[in-house]
Amino acid sequence: MTSRASAIVLFWAVLIVFFAWDWTHSSPVNHRKEPAILAIGSGQAPSGGHCSAF
Amino acid sequence: MQATFPPAASPAVSSIGASAPGRARWPLTVAIVLAVLALAWFVTVRQSVLFVIGLGMGGLLAGARFGFTTGWRRLIEARDASGVFAQIVLLAVAAGISIPLLASFPGDLAAALGPPSISLLIGAFVFGITMQIADGCGSGTLYKAGLGIPLNMGVLPLFALGSFLGSVHLHGWLSLGAVAPVSLVRDWGAGGALAATFAGLVACGLAAWVWSRKGGVAAPAPWNRKLLLAGIGLALLAVANLVVAGQPWGVVYGFGLWAAKVATAAGVFDPAANAFWGQAGNLRTLEQSVFLDVTSITNIGIMAGALWIAARRPSSGKPLTGRQWAAVLVAGFLLGYSSRLAFGCNVGAMVSGISTGSLHGWIWVALAFAGSLIGVRLRRRLGV
Repeated sequence: MTSRASAIVLFWAVLIVFFAWDWTHSSPVNHRKEPAILAIGSGQAPSGGHCSAF
Repeated sequence: MQATFPPAASPAVSSIGASAPGRARWPLTVAIVLAVLALAWFVTVRQSVLFVIGLGMGGLLAGARFGFTTGWRRLIEARDASGVFAQIVLLAVAAGISIPLLASFPGDLAAALGPPSISLLIGAFVFGITMQIADGCGSGTLYKAGLGIPLNMGVLPLFALGSFLGSVHLHGWLSLGAVAPVSLVRDWGAGGALAATFAGLVACGLAAWVWSRKGGVAAPAPWNRKLLLAGIGLALLAVANLVVAGQPWGVVYGFGLWAAKVATAAGVFDPAANAFWGQAGNLRTLEQSVFLDVTSITNIGIMAGALWIAARRPSSGKPLTGRQWAAVLVAGFLLGYSSRLAFGCNVGAMVSGISTGSLHGWIWVALAFAGSLIGVRLRRRLGV
């Protein structure tokens, strides 16, 4: 395995460990409150975070 | 300390296994399909669809080497307008669809509205400088990290840290002076917003065209088919992001969220005491999995899409010295910090701001381009 390949594997390993840690330490997903697949036409206002938020 | 990164005009960037390009694609494809299914089953179908949209974005960005940073730098240094023209086409297509949708579904869809402010002026200017030194804006850093370029993989954590600290300090910067966000759709309706947006894009295109013809030598062809097609594809995916998520494409909020989660878990940050993270929506996002966050899921998709492209491409690069690494990492931190002050990067502020009729997107472009004029000179001096 080249050093470049090792770096890529390490990068993704760190990300996956972070995602796994986050999944186990976050509130469980409430599937009863699952939003519609498409926001458009759903009648629900978007509530996610965005870069333009302040 | 040395590593490699691709020269600006390099057609090939990276591979997972140099000895057998493409060999990693099958297991990678299987892993990606499993991730899509797992998101649909364990999280929500909407987040799974957004992950697929992110995959498409990453594939297009990496496959076409569609770089906002490179496009600006090629215009400034080589009078090559092809990258900028592709960006203008992207903006025109995205705006042409998004603005009428926003006018028709004001309760379901939200625009990327940032406040014109001192914070925006400073943030966009600094972002323009640093994106040239760090060789990547928001999307560029993501897809190049996904491609496995050491420079951008190194920049990413500092970008996240900067984005988090920028959001922590945001209200202090806003106190320097700000007005309410200006929505062209709300104030002028879909027709007026479209007319103003297209007029602005035509003016930018003309300015780029005049500049590219002024050099006295034969300028490169302004139309690059690959970049144009990628730009149109990215515009359609940006619209898909809006239709599915109800909000425009964004990058930096997700980065800041990841760092905020780590800081909160480490006990060094109390989100409830902060003006930004203490807001109900942000507190809720902090408590949830990042897989439920819109910008996080498309960010992950972009990196995975770029990784899939990288599995097939051979690598090339040149070494970076320790001094160059230090400069790039500092630039990466400032990139994240300034992107929050500017209410977005090239994606959240420029693409999403302009295509959804926000005045702050236009202010961002002017200041970031001015910063890039300095950034390309600093980049040359540093040799990165």
